[in-house]
Amino acid sequence: MKLFIKFDFNAICKKVLETKLDQFNIKYRILAFGEVELLEKIPSENYEALNAALNDFGIEIVESQKSILVQKIKDAIIDMVFNEDAGVNVKSSVYLSEKLGHSYGYLSNLFSEVTYTSIENFIILQKIEYTKQLLLTTDLSLTEIAFKLNYSSVAHLSTQFKNTTGITPSAFQRIISKRRDRAQQKS
Amino acid sequence: MPNDYIHIILADDDEDDRLFFVDAFEELNMNTKVNTYNDGIELMAYLNSEGALLPQVLFLDLNMPKKNGIECLNEIKANHKLSDIAIAIYSTSASEEDIEETFVLGANIYIKKPSSFDDLKKVLSEVVSINWQYHTNGLNKDNFLLRM
Repeated sequence: MKLFIKFDFNAICKKVLETKLDQFNIKYRILAFGEVELLEKIPSENYEALNAALNDFGIEIVESQKSILVQKIKDAIIDMVFNEDAGVNVKSSVYLSEKLGHSYGYLSNLFSEVTYTSIENFIILQKIEYTKQLLLTTDLSLTEIAFKLNYSSVAHLSTQFKNTTGITPSAFQRIISKRRDRAQQKS
Repeated sequence: MPNDYIHIILADDDEDDRLFFVDAFEELNMNTKVNTYNDGIELMAYLNSEGALLPQVLFLDLNMPKKNGIECLNEIKANHKLSDIAIAIYSTSASEEDIEETFVLGANIYIKKPSSFDDLKKVLSEVVSINWQYHTNGLNKDNFLLRM
């Protein structure tokens, strides 16, 4: 015996989406065809699990796939900068493309498209942030920090610090310590 | 994420500077929402009003009549409801004392007003993009100092 069936693709997609979104306890609103508005932020593990669950039905999240990968790039960079054992000795382009399994060109274009800044700038920003943290929380000198962060010389780090923040490392230290003095006087 | 626009406020008594500022952001196309106030009293009245939408970045002119930029900065930093706002000093002066004093008082950014419109656009876009990095990447705002 044969059954003859008629489909309503829209209704099917909508039902699948609703079921899966509900299953992950996500608050949402289905907008136009192919567009769902999330009413609250969801953690990135949930994103991935949701995407995997939807993939079973041939549905794929298009936009946030990109943002997940961008987040992975950022995490990898932060790991590379802040954790010396992560392999800072290889070039960052090699490190990132090996770690994330995409060509550096692809990662670099995607990153710029989503964040309005480049991977190179992001790495510099993170390194300078780490330098600030080390200056304030350790007794390391700028020379020692330059060595730790694989700069070719202390002058290179010092120039990059000045170019990124507009102030010198010593002015930075002076300002923060004056701020702390002020806060102490008040309390 | 939806609603990712950046809310920006400028307090400046100079009408031309306010106009250039708003025009620059319009041309930059960065998904920003810009409001301006004419002096420190107007600004503080808004920030302290019930349900005020607080900006991510507040640009403060130093020399304003009635209440100047330093007074506003002090009031903002003393109020924990407002202390998360990134403060950009926006001034014609570039004296080292002004710069260091405002940083010590808690300003995050110091901008000497650029003399050309193109430079203004460049500076503003850089400020907003770096601030955005701090905002979205959970960087330590206490260590956020930027001089342009």
